[in-house]
Amino acid sequence: MGEGQPAQRKSEVAREGARPLLSVRGLGIRFKTTQGIWQATRRIDFDIAPGERVGIVGESGCGKTITGLSILRLLPGNFAGLDGKILFDGVDLASCSPRQMRAIRGKRIAMIFQEPMSALDPVFTVGHQIAETLRVHSNVGEEEARARTLEMLRRVGIASPERRIDDYPHQLSGGMRQRVMIAASLICGPQLLIADEPTTALDVTVQAQILELLRDISETSKTALMLITHDLGVVAETCTRMITMYAGEVIEDATVDEALVRPLHPYTSGLLRSLPHLSPRHGRLPSIPGRVPSIAEMPAGCRFRARCAHATKGCEAEQKLQDAGGGRKVRCWRFAELNLPGALHPPDTSASARVARQ
Amino acid sequence: MTAATAEPRRDAIVSVRDLQVRFQTSDRRATVKAVDGVNFDVRRGETFGIIGESGSGKTTIGRALVFLLNPSAGAVLHDGIDPTALSRRQFQSHRRDYQIIFQDPNAALNPRMTILASVLEPLQLAGVGNSAERERLAREALERVGLPQEFGERYPHQLSGGQKQRVVIARALTLKPKLIVCDEVVAALDMSIRGDVLNLFADLQRDLGLTYVFITHDLAVVSHISERVAVMYLGQFVELGPTEEVAERPLHPYTIALLSAEPRPLPSSMRQESRIVLQGEVPSPIDPPSGCRFRTRCPHAQPLCTERVPEWRELKPDHWVACHFADRPNFSNN
Ligand SMILES: Nc1ncnc2c1ncn2[C@@H]1O[C@H](COP(=O)(O)OP(=O)(O)OP(=O)(O)O)[C@@H](O)[C@H]1O
Ligand SMILES: Nc1ncnc2c1ncn2[C@@H]1O[C@H](COP(=O)(O)OP(=O)(O)O)[C@@H](O)[C@H]1O
Ligand code: SF4
Ligand code: SF4
Ligand SMILES: [Mg+2]
Ligand SMILES: [Mg+2]
Repeated sequence: MGEGQPAQRKSEVAREGARPLLSVRGLGIRFKTTQGIWQATRRIDFDIAPGERVGIVGESGCGKTITGLSILRLLPGNFAGLDGKILFDGVDLASCSPRQMRAIRGKRIAMIFQEPMSALDPVFTVGHQIAETLRVHSNVGEEEARARTLEMLRRVGIASPERRIDDYPHQLSGGMRQRVMIAASLICGPQLLIADEPTTALDVTVQAQILELLRDISETSKTALMLITHDLGVVAETCTRMITMYAGEVIEDATVDEALVRPLHPYTSGLLRSLPHLSPRHGRLPSIPGRVPSIAEMPAGCRFRARCAHATKGCEAEQKLQDAGGGRKVRCWRFAELNLPGALHPPDTSASARVARQ
Repeated sequence: MTAATAEPRRDAIVSVRDLQVRFQTSDRRATVKAVDGVNFDVRRGETFGIIGESGSGKTTIGRALVFLLNPSAGAVLHDGIDPTALSRRQFQSHRRDYQIIFQDPNAALNPRMTILASVLEPLQLAGVGNSAERERLAREALERVGLPQEFGERYPHQLSGGQKQRVVIARALTLKPKLIVCDEVVAALDMSIRGDVLNLFADLQRDLGLTYVFITHDLAVVSHISERVAVMYLGQFVELGPTEEVAERPLHPYTIALLSAEPRPLPSSMRQESRIVLQGEVPSPIDPPSGCRFRTRCPHAQPLCTERVPEWRELKPDHWVACHFADRPNFSNN
């Protein structure tokens, strides 16, 4: 916890108490490509406690979506192998039978995507699609399924649901479709909701509505949320903990407040510093030189090394995701000596206070 | 004097007067009023930001500014003259001074052409100099955007997104434009390289005296880079003023809501707890609401707002707004 921060982040409490709902260990995904086998992600470790809201952040291609999909074993056709364990409430999803997986997918773990149109079937009404999800997983009659669908549509903020329930997806706006997707994903009362960029395609005012809905639902129904996004603002507004990925690995894991105020990994710090929100107007934006290495040219040792201002001898060694104390983890052996700037530091109070006031 | 009849300012590089752009829907049954009566001047050397949600008409304005489409009504003046009154030849050479760059660098670059060939293309089309001269100008442009010379021989797929966007910028620079319309130019770029590209725009402006119209849906980007900013809603400007003013003392309820909705990467102690969450979504531009177009979502709407279109007025020096009640005390703090 940074100085002067209110110590009320709920994830702390959640993490100390119950055993995690989801516990991912050493997860790695390989794909077959024309250039041979690609290791898309590797050595991914993280936990999600019951009811906890965790953001997975990182740049395009770092492995966020693949990680989400692998939890539900929804990997693309050229999938070539998975290493590690995905323990969900005691069951290893990495090795359970397809039948066990079907019983969990959609019922106990649900997922929503960036583009709701592609996830909804254009030939069925939205009511039918939501009710079907329920009927596949539980023994309810048609009438009850419809009643519960109506209730769920109301819950996700669809006005006059009795008029909307028989609409087809194309008759709804983007924001309404995303609400319908959320309704469908929640109808079976899942313990974990994986949301992959659920608001990226939406306007900022509609995004605010959907984020509020997700937060509210997770709080009232104790559904854990794994929110995948490249937007640090979205994570700050929605989640209690933030897991940062880089080039197929988890590089930092901390509460949102800790990560924003005092990041431990040079990449997390660099990302925060490059946000225009945090720089004085019209000033130069700090940026991270170079670019993410492609899978084919992944360096040995620290994968951030070529771009890191703090790289020294020793960084060419493989970096482990190590315990940094207080439940934090970081994949950088120099973390303790670096004292990196975060969103407020060096304290350019004028800029940050201004942002806060608006 | 209303804005629509105002004389262009002396330092105006572009003057837009009562601009309207209408499109037929694909079934030809209805008309979309994509831009519906917009007035502004872009001042030489400034960065003029336009912000708004998708479909509000930002791209359409941008395309009209560089005559990629013709206004349905109203006028776009370049340096006080109407380019459509020029002869065809004069118009072709004139429009080189006004360039536009779009969001997706992949769509702008031919995958089968080398980077150098792509940058050379506009020079060839414009018939500038001889081939040695053109190559020198193209290489100079690549240099300007910070790409090493050997990139000239590469193909687009061998470049990262940020590098490709630099090539597109280089391409626009070869013809030495006075003004560049930048339409969501950093939206497709990764966070860690956005800063680089924004810095590049700032450098080029300083070195070459460029004027930008910077179109984006990203508040943080627009308020970082522009001197003045216009807020667009459903085909119209609802507010226009110095960025500092609009971001910190917004006058229009929509601007206030936009600022409040933006997710901020700040720790919980610094985040505002109460935010204005607007109900519903933007109505269709085919049949916009009567009176004030924002009234269906405005938390302050009154009966008058249904009946009368709010006037576009300069409430504070250089700070324009279209809202009947924007001058009420404490209005913006609600
Ligand atoms: N079917 C596939 N075959 C080969 N490589 C793949 C496949 N799917 C994903 N990858 C690679 O795996 C890596 C991780 O991809 P992933 O989709 O998880 O990224 P992401 O972090 O979700 O990115 P974005 O923010 O762009 O959605 C990338 O390098 C990607 O190119
Ligand atoms: N060529 C076109 N034909 C028909 N409608 C169009 C065309 N271009 C834009 N529109 C419509 O005009 C409105 C404004 O579009 P646009 O300028 O692209 O908005 P923005 O750039 O702010 O997202 C939208 O309703 C859009 O669907
Ligand atoms: S291990 Fe070395 S190169 Fe990698 S992030 Fe840490 S300091 Fe930088
Ligand atoms: S004119 Fe009325 S409806 Fe429009 S913004 Fe002002 S108060 Fe709201
Ligand atoms: Mg993804
Ligand atoms: Mg656009």
